[in-house]
Amino acid sequence: MLYREAGQFKESYAADMAIFPIRQDRIGLAIILVAAFVGVPLAASDFVLAVVMVPLLIFALAAIGLNILTGYTGLLSLGTGGFMGVGAFACYKLTTAFPDLNIVVCILTSGVVASAVGAVFGLPSLRIKGFYLAVATLSAQFFLDWCFVRIPWLVNHNVSGAIEVPIRTLFGVAVTGPNASPQVRYLVILAIVTFLTWIASNLLHGRVGRSFMAVRDMDIAAELIGIKLYQTKLLAFAVSSYYCGVAGALMVFLWYGSAEPAVFGIDQSFLILFMVIIGCLGSLVGSFFGAALIYGLPIALRNGLGALGLQIPAATVEHLTLMTVGGLIVLFLIIEPHGLARLWQIGKQKLRVWPFPY
Amino acid sequence: MNLLYAIFIDPFVQMGGAPDLLVQTLWEGLVAGVLYALIALGFVLIFKASGVFNFAQGIMVVFAALTLVGLHEKGVPAFLALAMTIAVMYGLAFAVERLMLRPLVNQPDIILFMATFGLTYFLIGLGELVFGGNPKVMIADALFLPKGAIEFKFAGGFVSLQKIDIAAAVIASIMVVALATFFQVTRIGRALRAVADSHKAALSVGISLEQIWVIVWFAAGVVALTTGIMWGARSEVSFSLQIVSLKALPVLILGGFTSIPGAIVGGLIIGIGEKIGEFYWGPLLGSGIESWLAYFIALVFLLFRPQGLFGEKIIERI
Repeated sequence: MLYREAGQFKESYAADMAIFPIRQDRIGLAIILVAAFVGVPLAASDFVLAVVMVPLLIFALAAIGLNILTGYTGLLSLGTGGFMGVGAFACYKLTTAFPDLNIVVCILTSGVVASAVGAVFGLPSLRIKGFYLAVATLSAQFFLDWCFVRIPWLVNHNVSGAIEVPIRTLFGVAVTGPNASPQVRYLVILAIVTFLTWIASNLLHGRVGRSFMAVRDMDIAAELIGIKLYQTKLLAFAVSSYYCGVAGALMVFLWYGSAEPAVFGIDQSFLILFMVIIGCLGSLVGSFFGAALIYGLPIALRNGLGALGLQIPAATVEHLTLMTVGGLIVLFLIIEPHGLARLWQIGKQKLRVWPFPY
Repeated sequence: MNLLYAIFIDPFVQMGGAPDLLVQTLWEGLVAGVLYALIALGFVLIFKASGVFNFAQGIMVVFAALTLVGLHEKGVPAFLALAMTIAVMYGLAFAVERLMLRPLVNQPDIILFMATFGLTYFLIGLGELVFGGNPKVMIADALFLPKGAIEFKFAGGFVSLQKIDIAAAVIASIMVVALATFFQVTRIGRALRAVADSHKAALSVGISLEQIWVIVWFAAGVVALTTGIMWGARSEVSFSLQIVSLKALPVLILGGFTSIPGAIVGGLIIGIGEKIGEFYWGPLLGSGIESWLAYFIALVFLLFRPQGLFGEKIIERI
């Protein structure tokens, strides 16, 4: 009843090609944004903000990055963790080399370093395809991991070998370091993630995004219609690594507070790949759903099992959680192999024709 | 100039100067290669028959070894435990086919790949829940596996070969020959090859895909058990073995996803290349290069042959 586009006429090409052509969608988006920027920081407790919302947004950003590469361009990558690490270490080097530089500028610039590294490791992608490419990106992952451990210059010859985040402020409010409140960190991350999602959405709806998708659907055909494969694939690697790099920098500076190289291991790469596949390959909103499910599900299960009041040792809860997550991944794939974003779309379509489905 | 010397001349001088060390390193590389090849063999079996890139092969190795040791700890005689473990692997293959592969038939590769991740999580959870997460010692004595080392003189030095390594190499060879015979001679083996060639054509001549998948996953399970016993006897049975199994990936791409000889040759190249590289060139870069060298070796091969050494040629049509 409420969700219906009847009577909304498009009078210009711009209106016809809008990303959200239905008015209710635009209103819904505005409500979500207001809730995220105003409602959540006011209502949610510090614990929820710091443990649930902050990581969720960061993972969603990394998932968007991988989705641009894997979902939109069809290049399977297992090097996400490494590229996130490049972003984090670049941000650390930048902010210690230029202590007066605004921290947000540092974070956004560190992505550029990650994107350069990503483009270099994307070079084999013209020759190698499919699962073969996945293994080629694994070499990036392990090589970068090794660099993080073996090159002390990256952590300014710190004895611990870990990144120790210095205190940085924005408009006089502490953003990083132990004194930063969860509200401030959440708002900074939310602003960056919203901005970058908006950029990604525009990029993917334009010429660049269409060439990505043409390469994904069939690269030889794409080449025949005049898309330069090498440029497109390298661009995809660069853009994707930029997002992963920024996510990595955010992760260390605004979430962990300090990080050892092990954080950017192969597990992280796999985790983000899960999010992309479970969310939906080739969907921005799916990246958010995927991050929420993969990151949120274990937390919910752990707390849920605890709340049942059963006397189960913590280790057993951990194992049961792992088993349940594994089982649910398979179950989700069986129910809807195209991911959560497809379920969302189906739901919207059902709502549109309700109460007279045809 | 010094750097060039250190890269191109010095390692070879070292090799020439101490041939016993070279032989020792080669042997260690060979043994590591055999074990990589065994893990890769499990991947190839499943990939050939069902097109599934089975990420869970690594955890299947751990799970099989854990089941064996865990059963023995509970007082089951060693060889009965072995038989029971094989039964468990059959049950696993059956469950995977029924609960995972059958509902997901005809889905894109990446979805099936993802499903095997789910399986990995499930098996890690289950293994830790039933047998505990602590490293265990493989029951090498009870299975009559040899131990100790043979030392012999070579070019003015000593080379020592662990007996368990020799046993691993022998068992791996027997296994490969047995599998190859199975594929070539038996009726089921021919059905397996038919399925690998084309699912549709195999279905149309009356081969049951479901049955074939169970058999293939079971065969991969037995390979996993063998790998687990061998690797466990060399070090210990723990979940860190799963990380080692990632090393099978460069072996796979080197050999080609669809080729059993490829898995073996690839395993040997990676194993030897990795050990030689680490021993002679590693100190230049501050050691630890073993972690990524394998992937780089594979990458270099791939740039020249994108389908791997023995893979089927990739033909693309519009």
